[in-house]
Amino acid sequence: MREIKASVIADAVEKLCLDAGYYLPEDVKQALAEGRDREVSPTGQYVLQQCCENYEVAAAEQMPLCQDTGTALFIIEMGQELVITGGGFEDAINEGVARGYINGYLRKSMVAEPIFDRTNTKDNTPAVIHYEIKPGDGLKITLLPKGGGAENCSAVKMLRPADGLQGVMDFVVETVKNAGGKCCPPGVVGVGVGGTSDYAAYLSKKALNRKIGEHNPNPNYAKMEEDLLERINNLGIGPQGLGGVVSALAVNVEYFPCHIASLPVFVTMNCHSQRHSSVEL
Amino acid sequence: MADIIKLQTPLKDEDVMKLHAGDVVSISGIIYTGRDAAHKRLVECLERGEKLPVELAGQIIYYVGPSPAKPGQPIGSCGPTSSYRMDPYTPAMLEQGMKGIIGKGPRNADVMAALKKHKAVYMAAIGGAAAVIAKAVKTCEVIAYEDLGPEAIHKLEVEDLICFVACDASGGNIYETGKLPYIKD
Repeated sequence: MREIKASVIADAVEKLCLDAGYYLPEDVKQALAEGRDREVSPTGQYVLQQCCENYEVAAAEQMPLCQDTGTALFIIEMGQELVITGGGFEDAINEGVARGYINGYLRKSMVAEPIFDRTNTKDNTPAVIHYEIKPGDGLKITLLPKGGGAENCSAVKMLRPADGLQGVMDFVVETVKNAGGKCCPPGVVGVGVGGTSDYAAYLSKKALNRKIGEHNPNPNYAKMEEDLLERINNLGIGPQGLGGVVSALAVNVEYFPCHIASLPVFVTMNCHSQRHSSVEL
Repeated sequence: MADIIKLQTPLKDEDVMKLHAGDVVSISGIIYTGRDAAHKRLVECLERGEKLPVELAGQIIYYVGPSPAKPGQPIGSCGPTSSYRMDPYTPAMLEQGMKGIIGKGPRNADVMAALKKHKAVYMAAIGGAAAVIAKAVKTCEVIAYEDLGPEAIHKLEVEDLICFVACDASGGNIYETGKLPYIKD
């Protein structure tokens, strides 16, 4: 059994919050620059140029890429032979989030309770945490800061198996069309297919963590990703919904086996501030 | 891109009426921030028949919840938030003589009608270009609802804040027409 101190985890999470908040991953920067060069709408070109300048300014001045530094959404891949010492695991995650968001001048966007008491918790906790237990003794922590504007455009549909590929594709395109300019396009569209409604939602979040340009290893799904991107870019939405040919940077689809009666589809919309950051401890 | 039209706040009817959906504007002067929680309080304030903490005649409200300012900076990153969430409150604000709104994303039919009725304009700043937008903000002070943190009403002095005219006072709407030349079946 390998031991890891809770304080080591909190320190690593604090740093992850800053990394994700200030620095856009290389693949996203490249996709935005390519989008700017491919865009034909003058307004769209200007918007994408501003997005490129924004990631330069944010990194140079260590400022948040976007004022909405999101819900701190974590995917934890933890080896079953790992032991956490000196404190609780979730306490460590939340301590790291609080320190990162306070010390890093990131915006605190969480309210204590959704309906009756929308008081800000003032340190952006609690985090939303998903777990995958793996063989071995490794620990990989991934943070996806999830902005509210794009997240509000996410949608689920429980299709009939008879709806098949066409049904799934139509629902994804319809969701992107409904989101229009609200989700700060062009971003990455995360799609989860299969499992149960909740698991499809998780898969669609996990899909956002895949690099732009990498496709699902299953060739059927890889083809679906390409076809979806083409259909989305043909909607005319364009950067910020002001019109253009670059309406998304990528469509990433993840799937899981499902019930004979079901075909769940969850679409998670993300903005052009396609932030994600990981650390292995 | 089209020529940039300079706007100085507060806005007058003639400033607004010359603007058309798709125009690019550069805004300088004083603007006020307000988003979900502040709008709820402003409308409750009007319902109680009380005076608003800010005189809205001729003014612009910017839908933003800035990230905290680092020492020595007036403000943190401060891009627009999605405007549709303010749709239920906006006609009441326009009723007070507010002339401009800055946000992002489409508005509903009630807001479009109220813009027309009150000769006001809705402009879109670039969502997610928040670090760049912060450069246009010269000063920032909280003037109401401080307990709301990022949702408090801030008074901002801006210089050359670039926005697109999204919905004009004649019914023009970039979110309807902007995509038309680029739709491929």
